[in-house]
Amino acid sequence: MIELTHEPIDPGRVIESVRSHQAGAICLFLGTVREFTGERQTRSLAYEAYTAMAEARLTDLEAEARARWPIVALSIVHRVGDLELGDIAVAVAVSTPHRGEGFAACQWLMDTLKQVVPIWKQEVWADGTREWVHPGLDPSNAPPFES
Amino acid sequence: MRLSIQLFALARDKAGRSVVPLELPDGANVADLRAALAAGVPALAPLVPVLLIAVDSEYARDEVVLRPESQVAAFPPVSGGTAGGVA
Repeated sequence: MIELTHEPIDPGRVIESVRSHQAGAICLFLGTVREFTGERQTRSLAYEAYTAMAEARLTDLEAEARARWPIVALSIVHRVGDLELGDIAVAVAVSTPHRGEGFAACQWLMDTLKQVVPIWKQEVWADGTREWVHPGLDPSNAPPFES
Repeated sequence: MRLSIQLFALARDKAGRSVVPLELPDGANVADLRAALAAGVPALAPLVPVLLIAVDSEYARDEVVLRPESQVAAFPPVSGGTAGGVA
């Protein structure tokens, strides 16, 4: 299941979507909205996606993960729109025969998603100011593809 | 050829609009598009060298040649996750 949604993410539904008799393990990662980044206080976050491309890149990530690990089922759900503190922004769930490959696949999926899937977040700080989070704006950063 | 460039996140905010129409010569590539974008939208010019360009939902290097039917988007690097908010 690959999904971008404006609705709150239900982790139970994500887990159910990958449960299988073929799997001995389900690894679930949830990214949640954190209040403090160092000294700075977050009031809320806004996520924006380039939907068509995000879905295409997520589908590619699923295919690449399936080629690397013996994945039984895989789900990635990403929230878009305005999120409050503690809300689930992203859920990645992988079911595999054994836990080792599940942990590895789940970590790789989440790390890679944050580099290549066109979804951006904007911090709304406690003082009301807004700031896009684009850590790769330094021109020395490598682009998200093989060169 | 006339292309409509979709902008996202900081790029859209800097440009003040979400779509920029650009007139490009036939055979133009992504590098030509960057130059036209910087010239056509001066507020975006400082950002143009680091914007990512997507053509038909794929990241595109500067040498990729554009076609009249290409779906083109320009946007800053994705959130990356290091600066805060989630995880």
